[in-house]
Amino acid sequence: MEKLLHISPSPHIAGEYSVQKIMYGVLLALLPAFAASVYFFGIGAIVVTATAVVSCVAFEYLIQKYLIKGTPTILNGSAALTGVLLAFNVPSNLPILLIVIGSMVAIGIGKMSFGGLGQNPFNPALVGRVFLLISFPVQMTSWPLPMGFQTKYFDAITGATPLALVKEGIKNGQTLSSIENIPSHMNLFYGAMGGSIGEICALALILGFAFMLYRKIITWHIPVFLISTIFAFTGIMHLTNPEKYADPLFHILTGGVMLGAIFMATDMVTSPMTHKGMAIFAIGIGLITVIIRLFGAYPEGISFAILIMNAFVPLLNKWTKPTRFGEEVLNG
Amino acid sequence: MLKTFKKGGVHPAENKLSAHAPIIKAEIPKTVTIPLGQHIGAPSSPIVTKGETVKVGQIIAKSNGFVSANIHSSVSGVVAKIEDTFDITGFSRPAISITVDGDDWLETIDRTETINSNLDYQPEHIIKRVQESGIVGLGGATFPTHIKLSVPTGKKAEFLIINGVECEPYLTADHRLMMEKGEQVLIGTKLLMAALGVNKAYICIENNKPDAIQHLMQLAKKYQPIQVVPLKVKYPQGGEKQLINAVLKREVPSGGLPIDLGVIVQNVGTAFAVYEAVQKNKPLFERIVTVTGKTVKKPSNFLVRIGTPAIQLVEAAGGIPDDTGKIVAGGPMMGKALNSLDVPITKGASGILLFDRKEGKRLPISPCIRCGKCVSVCPMGLEPYLLMTLSEKQIWDRSEKENTMDCMECGSCMYTCPANRPLLDYIRLSKSTVGQLIRTRKQ
Repeated sequence: MEKLLHISPSPHIAGEYSVQKIMYGVLLALLPAFAASVYFFGIGAIVVTATAVVSCVAFEYLIQKYLIKGTPTILNGSAALTGVLLAFNVPSNLPILLIVIGSMVAIGIGKMSFGGLGQNPFNPALVGRVFLLISFPVQMTSWPLPMGFQTKYFDAITGATPLALVKEGIKNGQTLSSIENIPSHMNLFYGAMGGSIGEICALALILGFAFMLYRKIITWHIPVFLISTIFAFTGIMHLTNPEKYADPLFHILTGGVMLGAIFMATDMVTSPMTHKGMAIFAIGIGLITVIIRLFGAYPEGISFAILIMNAFVPLLNKWTKPTRFGEEVLNG
Repeated sequence: MLKTFKKGGVHPAENKLSAHAPIIKAEIPKTVTIPLGQHIGAPSSPIVTKGETVKVGQIIAKSNGFVSANIHSSVSGVVAKIEDTFDITGFSRPAISITVDGDDWLETIDRTETINSNLDYQPEHIIKRVQESGIVGLGGATFPTHIKLSVPTGKKAEFLIINGVECEPYLTADHRLMMEKGEQVLIGTKLLMAALGVNKAYICIENNKPDAIQHLMQLAKKYQPIQVVPLKVKYPQGGEKQLINAVLKREVPSGGLPIDLGVIVQNVGTAFAVYEAVQKNKPLFERIVTVTGKTVKKPSNFLVRIGTPAIQLVEAAGGIPDDTGKIVAGGPMMGKALNSLDVPITKGASGILLFDRKEGKRLPISPCIRCGKCVSVCPMGLEPYLLMTLSEKQIWDRSEKENTMDCMECGSCMYTCPANRPLLDYIRLSKSTVGQLIRTRKQ
């Protein structure tokens, strides 16, 4: 008994969750989508993702070490995750310099300027993505077509995404059935379409969702409410005019809906705390996304929708407090 | 679907290492140190003096005020001293030390093992026996039992809930008691029912003790209308409000007491103590203590005389493992870390738990990632992350509005937090400060 004992207040045990485990769990859940992307786009997907991860981690390290002068915490995996998510939201032929700029904005402005992990109000990867989209619209909307594994990176064959095809066609006065080159629903589900690296394969993203649910990293609320909202809203619009508004299945399988609903909107730091809040947050994102898609200038709007709803999170947390035990006496 | 409480909760690794270790009578020590403050409320006043000879079961300190309890000698011998001693709470407080001489019991105590199932008593008699015998809540809260049994005028008791949940990981004292003294527990329950005048009683046991559930269900056939209720395993189901919610699907209002719903909750250990007090004339001077831990050689359950030094029990369980880094009195979720094993076992001590150096250390704290897990596990429906921030920033009026006083310190938030944030440390700080402010305001 000569040795010193550790004294601390209870509880004396800790659960299995850790920040690191959560971050690496999400990264694991993103693997199927990455594999699908490599299958459809080839080497470009690897180059872009690797560049984004390396530059995000590097920027976080440099900012923590030399600007904030704190202890770098890059090993917790959150910077790497931001890198992967940023890469998943851009085309697979994006020039390297732009990826580095995007990473700098994502980590530097989106995350570290607010104080680092846990302090940022907006999803850092989306801040980087939207910055790139607005600053370099040409490069950000030249989508390589899914040609099977490609070893070419810079001169990939590009084309429009299904959403852009539809938007363009409707704008030119075409009816939906007369627009050509729209992939079948099955192809949309497997991911055979032009688009950002991580968003194309719904199947792979749903696998990732199942994995995260199994590991209890996220709850079902945000993805389910978000996708259902988009499905319902576009479904109603489709019923009013099937030749002008695409069917709801098309809407949830194209663009960034799956990636956004499962991986972007569920970012813990920038989503509400309670399930009630999550539901409102997700429904808001769904509505704004559909409004931008059907009536806005951009063919896709989920990035903007998530960023807009991110801004409401503090208010949602205030409005949707959990019910206290004993506040409403049940059955009595 | 098994019943459980509705809001929040966690499920830590159960680690019931001593679940199958039969209760062993711990050796009577050479001296015992019996603290005068073993219960919630005023410490008792000693009625023996230095040098006086006492017998086992003799009253040595009298209840002092309304919320207080009698204390009896757990050994026979000579009173050595009455002075301040460090106890399990870490404070130095008055205690009676007795040098043991033999094992001479009061003649009035029935020492036989025969089961006395006579139930022909007036409620007043039962309550009086409970009060005289110094019985307090043995689940850990140590609230004097006779007060709980005296239902305030204007309120009526309808249900009795016997808490055999033992939701704390590692602890098995209640489990062993139900296995080995099941019939006595049931008779104790009957006595409590008679004292309260209720005709509905539930014995609640979590489903990780199927042997105890089956055993008591079998016995309960003889003791109608006691009902054994299996519950889903979830911490903190042993909390009074959670248990009531699990069984009756009703919520005790914030700031209220179970009796507001007509419910009285008692621990199985207390029911057993009531049996012994009423049927065997035996006051509360011993209890069952689990000594356990992953590194402990022989995780055990001991029947211990109150006042026995904790070190003696650990020695009996195979000694202190070399690598021990933390020793906890009670369970791992709500127990208290000890700085020494030289403290005496008291009425509220349900276990001694040893951790090695690695497990005993808290993990490094990192920033909050706002995952909301603390909010979803809080059984009281609070927002621990917010309460911690308010406490750090010393915003006390807002802390009060956010119901910091509702926290029962179960530790689920801190257990779950992936960033290992000291949520409960800060909530305790805010509870004590806000509590102080409320008291000053009332004056």
